[in-house]
Amino acid sequence: MTTLTIGSILTAVFLLLGLLFFTGGTVGLLRLPDFFCRMHATGKGDTLAVLLSLIGLAIYTAFSGGFSTASILVSIKIIFIAIFWFLAGPVSTHAITRAAFRCGVKPWTLEHQFKEVEKE
Amino acid sequence: MIITYEDIIIKTLTRVLAPFLQLYALYVIAHGHYSPGGGFQGGVILAASFILMVISFGLDTARRRLSEKADIIFLCLGLLIYSGTGALCLALGGNFLDYSQLVKVFPVTVAKARALGILFVETGVGFGVMAVMTSLVYDISTGGLPPERE
Repeated sequence: MTTLTIGSILTAVFLLLGLLFFTGGTVGLLRLPDFFCRMHATGKGDTLAVLLSLIGLAIYTAFSGGFSTASILVSIKIIFIAIFWFLAGPVSTHAITRAAFRCGVKPWTLEHQFKEVEKE
Repeated sequence: MIITYEDIIIKTLTRVLAPFLQLYALYVIAHGHYSPGGGFQGGVILAASFILMVISFGLDTARRRLSEKADIIFLCLGLLIYSGTGALCLALGGNFLDYSQLVKVFPVTVAKARALGILFVETGVGFGVMAVMTSLVYDISTGGLPPERE
């Protein structure tokens, strides 16, 4: 039986929030109709999920190391990963989506849905 | 030939990210002998910064930063550092890459000499891998043609 400290509770909250957004992104990837909608779901959801998970890991490292200098340094490195992910993730989503649009991938519209209904 | 489009978002991000990417690559190379990392990984990250430049700014801008001539020089320099460290150990009376022989040249203990030797070798490997990856991307994006026929 592990004791519930404030550090472990904070870590669990952040990791579970991250998992929630990962699940949302994955459901969007599987369920949404076309490429642009899928990029929209995963690009936003996963960025926030990774951010929350890494903040959870940084809190865990700092608390489990007892706020010693070494553990604080590791936490700062994890925060740096989060910052660079926050910069690079949305921009790579933008680049992929823009490249797809220039290559002529047609966005999904309501007309597609009506055509599918007519086929049935 | 890579076709480039003007995209201010990607170009700005590349401008912000490339120095940090290169700094991180040097960090990975320098930490290779006592934590996860090393010459291969650091070299690939260093090459990734140039590949990012090729993708976002186009081949000509990247070649102004690191010309193909300089690339080949880096490649040979990396190989020279690697094999030079090995050959130095050989010349000092040990096996090839037997770092403990380096105590005869550097005023350090045997353990420190081993760490120092690995650092030298990792630096050479890092240079070599960076040069090979960058030159591969240059060759792929020009279709392997010489510069006057692109």
